[in-house]
Amino acid sequence: MSATEATKVEVARAASDPLFDSSVESYEDKVVIRLIQFSVIWAVVAMTAGVYLSAELLWPTIDFGQFWLSFGRLRPLHTNGIIFGFGVSALMATGFYSVQRTSHVRLYSPRLAWFCCYAWQLIVLLGGLSLLAGWNSTKEYAELEWPFDIAIAIVWVLFGVVFFGTIATRKIRPIYISNWFYGALIIVIAMLHIVNNLAIPVTLGKSYSLYAGAQDAVVQWWYGHNAVGFLLTGGFLGMMYYFLPKHSGRPIWSYRLSVVAFWAFTYSYIWAGPHHLHYSAIPEWVQSLAVVMSVILLAPSWATMINGIMTVSTAWEKLKTDPALKFIVLSLAFYGLATFEGPMMSFPSVNVVSHFTDWTIGHVHSGALGWNAMITYGTFYFMVPRLVGVPLYNVRLANLHFWLALAGTMLYIVSMWGAGVSQGLLWLSVDEIGELSFSFKDIMASMQPFYALRLIAGLIFLIGTCFMAFNLFKTLAGKHAVVVKVPPVDPAYAMAKEVTA
Amino acid sequence: MSALSLHKRVEENTGLLIFGILLVSSIGGLVQILPVLNQESLQEPTANTQPYTAVELTGRDIYIREGCSVCHSQQIRPLIAEVERYGPYSRAGEFVYDRPFLWGSKRTGPDLHRVGGKFSDDWHRVHLIDPRSVVPESIMPGYPWLASRDASQAGDIVAKMRALSTLGHPYTQEQIDAAESDLEGLLEIDALIVYLQMLGTGLDEEIIR
Repeated sequence: MSATEATKVEVARAASDPLFDSSVESYEDKVVIRLIQFSVIWAVVAMTAGVYLSAELLWPTIDFGQFWLSFGRLRPLHTNGIIFGFGVSALMATGFYSVQRTSHVRLYSPRLAWFCCYAWQLIVLLGGLSLLAGWNSTKEYAELEWPFDIAIAIVWVLFGVVFFGTIATRKIRPIYISNWFYGALIIVIAMLHIVNNLAIPVTLGKSYSLYAGAQDAVVQWWYGHNAVGFLLTGGFLGMMYYFLPKHSGRPIWSYRLSVVAFWAFTYSYIWAGPHHLHYSAIPEWVQSLAVVMSVILLAPSWATMINGIMTVSTAWEKLKTDPALKFIVLSLAFYGLATFEGPMMSFPSVNVVSHFTDWTIGHVHSGALGWNAMITYGTFYFMVPRLVGVPLYNVRLANLHFWLALAGTMLYIVSMWGAGVSQGLLWLSVDEIGELSFSFKDIMASMQPFYALRLIAGLIFLIGTCFMAFNLFKTLAGKHAVVVKVPPVDPAYAMAKEVTA
Repeated sequence: MSALSLHKRVEENTGLLIFGILLVSSIGGLVQILPVLNQESLQEPTANTQPYTAVELTGRDIYIREGCSVCHSQQIRPLIAEVERYGPYSRAGEFVYDRPFLWGSKRTGPDLHRVGGKFSDDWHRVHLIDPRSVVPESIMPGYPWLASRDASQAGDIVAKMRALSTLGHPYTQEQIDAAESDLEGLLEIDALIVYLQMLGTGLDEEIIR
């Protein structure tokens, strides 16, 4: 796979190809490598926290009376570490990599990109420590307190400046579809983050939300649902739209479908948040509207999945040998599963069983492990050898990682389905005279086998991730980034001003 | 044709694309959130719902700090089984002084919205320090450190009440002046228990019965 590509690069360099003329601009790829390294580190750290948390549900005393190991403090570290450490670092890395190549121009202000890279890591590191210290706004996926919220907003805007700056200075006329998804990620997350986190600060680690009670709930789940929508779904779809066609060597099956699905996705996702608040004290019309829009959302979600699958449909033979492509294609299958399960869980009749149970946890992980982590792993296995111009250190290890990731994800989802459906049905169960059939603690105690399976599933997935970390580390060790020159633009697609000049 | 040519312009113009995304993505939020934020019935407290006292507020912020809402919801749904298990279903008016809301999304442990008055203070104290000494099956972590810290160290209570006054919580000057002395001699665990014991008591006596 990458070996041949990499050799080509070496050969081209040796033959002093005009592409390596020093007067021709080159891509800024060092920052991409650094972001990938950080992303992998956060993946290992945050997944380890997750495995530890699942062990705490089996052996509750393994926090050893230490407040910072306590479940309630460690859990936000796990979720924030995955979303903002692993996820956002990966999105920045892939975004910077692909926006340069789809715009035929060097990154706008590489210094600003480097600043974003390190400032973001500092936020994740200090933010994670602050969560352990108990600075917690409790709003899910927005737990970080106000000083971090402000820092995030600033770095996020600068990320946007680099990204849109690169697009604005592009040499090629059309803006490629992957950039729209990255663009939506940047714009919509900025909007959600700022509105949801508005608060009156009291001390450095404490603030009170500008919204109260039921209104706060509606604002939070508008954020919470769409952080999943535009960060974990939209952002990673940007990854898919660049790396899948690139890696399979096939153009997108239907570019028009990708455009239609983009606007449908951007419009309809936003409405679905209140399905997290069924049977609650928020107005009923808001809940009903969210169900309708959740079901509509299935259309753009599956249109995108079908578009991706059809793109590789003439390149299946590559799956036999290429672990990177295997990861990307499998991630699409899990994307399809999670985006089907989501609308189903939004129906009140299903939600009445699934809400508050481990089914939700299973659903989140079918997305987070099956979709987000797998597509990220696929793109990392694709990018890293190319970035340093050598083949992957160990392709067999990457193949082993693929099977561990698949096994871990499947076991995780199945164990949480078992736990969640049992909990939901047993909680609601009443006997013939209307008395509750089971006590809460008996139901809770019966969850132990499921929790044990989930711990094993998490461990399998974590071991696979550690294999990847080792593999990528060995691939990168002692290597320098290959200098990749910006290729000439096909005149048919060049910016008008370039043509006249 | 004209729609296609319009889209071609969007596809080739960074500014238009940014504007388009902003426009399309904000509609849903505006239609759903603005009416909810302006709905007065969501801001009217139920008969017995009062702003949190200095001790309750301190207890609530400890509940937040320890991440209790990760495993315990505070939202009883209007379903037979839930009302039987936990008590009367939750009303919007009970949450008007909740910043942030603590409805939660997961019940690893039971819902706590009507936990107030169900157990004695002593039971809570033992349970919080070592849950398995009273509930052998429990998988809740213990919180021994709450019994060794002064409640007054859990944050600047006067600043907190002033901030909440700014947001419209009707505290009197006397309440704010007395806040520090209210916390005197209390440990964090005491404040947390006071908070737990008042949870769900904001409804009329009649409905609760």
